[in-house]
Amino acid sequence: MTTTVEKPRTGSVPSGAARTGPARARRRPRGDRTHLLFLLPAVALFTLCITLPAAVGIFYSFTDSIGFGEFDFVGLNNYQVLFSDPGILHAYGFTLGFSLCTVLVVNVVALALALGLTSAIRARTALRTIFVVPMVVSQIIIAYVFQFVFTNPLPALAQTLGIGPLEQSILVNPDLAWISIVLVTAWQAIPQAMLIYTAGLLTVPKDLYEASSIDGATPRRQLTTITLPLISGFVLINMIVGFKDFLGAYDIIVGLTDGGPGTATRSITMAIFSGFQNGDYAYQMANATIFFLITLTIALVQLRLTRGKARV
Amino acid sequence: MTLPAAPTADQPRPGVADGPPRASGAAGSAGRPKRRPAGRARPSWSRTLLLVLCSLTVLLPFYVTVSMAFKTPSQAVDGEAFSLPSPWSVEGFVAAWELTEFPRAFGISLGITVVAVVGTIVLSAMASYAISRNWHRRLYRWSFFYLLAAMFLPFPVLALSQVKLTGMVGLANPAGVALLHIMFQLSFSTLLFTAFLRSLPEELEESARMDGASTWGTFWRIVFPLMAPMSATVGIFAVLKAWNDFMMPSMIIEDPTQQTLPVLQNIFQEQFSNDYHVAFASYLMAMAPAILAYVLAQRWVMSGLTQGAVK
Repeated sequence: MTTTVEKPRTGSVPSGAARTGPARARRRPRGDRTHLLFLLPAVALFTLCITLPAAVGIFYSFTDSIGFGEFDFVGLNNYQVLFSDPGILHAYGFTLGFSLCTVLVVNVVALALALGLTSAIRARTALRTIFVVPMVVSQIIIAYVFQFVFTNPLPALAQTLGIGPLEQSILVNPDLAWISIVLVTAWQAIPQAMLIYTAGLLTVPKDLYEASSIDGATPRRQLTTITLPLISGFVLINMIVGFKDFLGAYDIIVGLTDGGPGTATRSITMAIFSGFQNGDYAYQMANATIFFLITLTIALVQLRLTRGKARV
Repeated sequence: MTLPAAPTADQPRPGVADGPPRASGAAGSAGRPKRRPAGRARPSWSRTLLLVLCSLTVLLPFYVTVSMAFKTPSQAVDGEAFSLPSPWSVEGFVAAWELTEFPRAFGISLGITVVAVVGTIVLSAMASYAISRNWHRRLYRWSFFYLLAAMFLPFPVLALSQVKLTGMVGLANPAGVALLHIMFQLSFSTLLFTAFLRSLPEELEESARMDGASTWGTFWRIVFPLMAPMSATVGIFAVLKAWNDFMMPSMIIEDPTQQTLPVLQNIFQEQFSNDYHVAFASYLMAMAPAILAYVLAQRWVMSGLTQGAVK
């Protein structure tokens, strides 16, 4: 569930549990063997399935392995080549640009929907149920559905309306294909951000709106001076979590363009996976390591920023 | 680190600082959205209408899927997405059922999902219980942060070595995928479970212990049943992830005849070619279970996200 919201402030769980710490230590100073037994399977399997592969990956990134057979150590060579490889740089450029665009689109739309859904409307529950559905369908399948829509009915529609540039499917246009990926990714990611914003909006005290409307504040003013400042923490969470998710984009791109036309929409993840095809095994391991460092940096920034926010 | 009168992120959970412990976080936040936060009490029809129009963008792809799936071959060929099928036909479903060998793929997807869900809940509930009741011990505290570290290790980072390793130990099959799903869910689930267990009074366990129950018995008979709301949340997220995932099974499972439903859609893209009715019938059959699971377990989806967000 890397797609769901991760916890920005690890600090709060420990703090609560730590409160009961001293008292418990007095009562039961000796360890309970069964507790160890409870913890062991998770930690052991985790080490085998996550930690070990991570270590193996970093190890191979310093070699010239092609995935099997013998290999030699090549030091940082893979990394050096990586930074001057136009294909890789393009994948990073595309993924970063696409992620930034998508984050903006997702947050603007999600906030607007959340504002709508928390305001006084009819059929609130039914509407919310509908808006959340995109979150629960398989990304690749929905990408295939959109691929059909972009390929057949949309160009046909553009033809009847006489919109020249859109008469051809945007999926085969190297300059426009990324837009379709932003749209479909946003379509799929909006519900999660929307639910988080909904939770955020419900934390804003109601009387603030009442007081300000007595003072004659317009809804627009209430939005910019009350709502937005008070939910800024949620905006931050959504931005960072979304950005981190979009950097790993794969399923939707495979379904829509498969990295094409040419390599116009090839993402970092697609580049990493190509390590199986061209004997680039070790090389793409180095790429994966770089990608990990980027994810880690974002996660640390997230932890730091959201912690700071909670202390304000 | 106590947070006195913390703004934003802390407000939905007064229990964080020094308030009373939350009895059931899941139920609390699921019920909350019914409140009206905005000043105006009278429902606005214009705003409702606007949102209904917006919801069309959500519904349109599903409308296309359903209408295409029920078309006859001759009607589907013209690629008219928005016309209704006339007459309605199930030929697409029959063809897709046979072409993709749907029952087998469905069984594999279902098997992976069930194993992933049960494994995620059991493993992370047990680990979380041990961690939350031994927080003062360094081993448990470090284990907690260790398990959380997987949040920085998404599948793409580990894929190349995991594919190699699963191949070496004979797990390049659905069993391996289920195992990896459990592992990637562990961080998020442990996070939710430990937070939930913190709000569970320990007195219950103490009294069970006085009556002579073992730690094992106390956990399974007293604590685990009380964790049910959180298990539901953890479970539904595991269901959605395991059922919908394309990336991991497509990389891990070697034998195409053992592939999951989402991967089959990719494998059969070429065979689908212009038989749009077959393609969409196949998509619909693969999507429907996830949508059904969501509709049945809606409140746990909502509460899970809200819980994750405010932590």
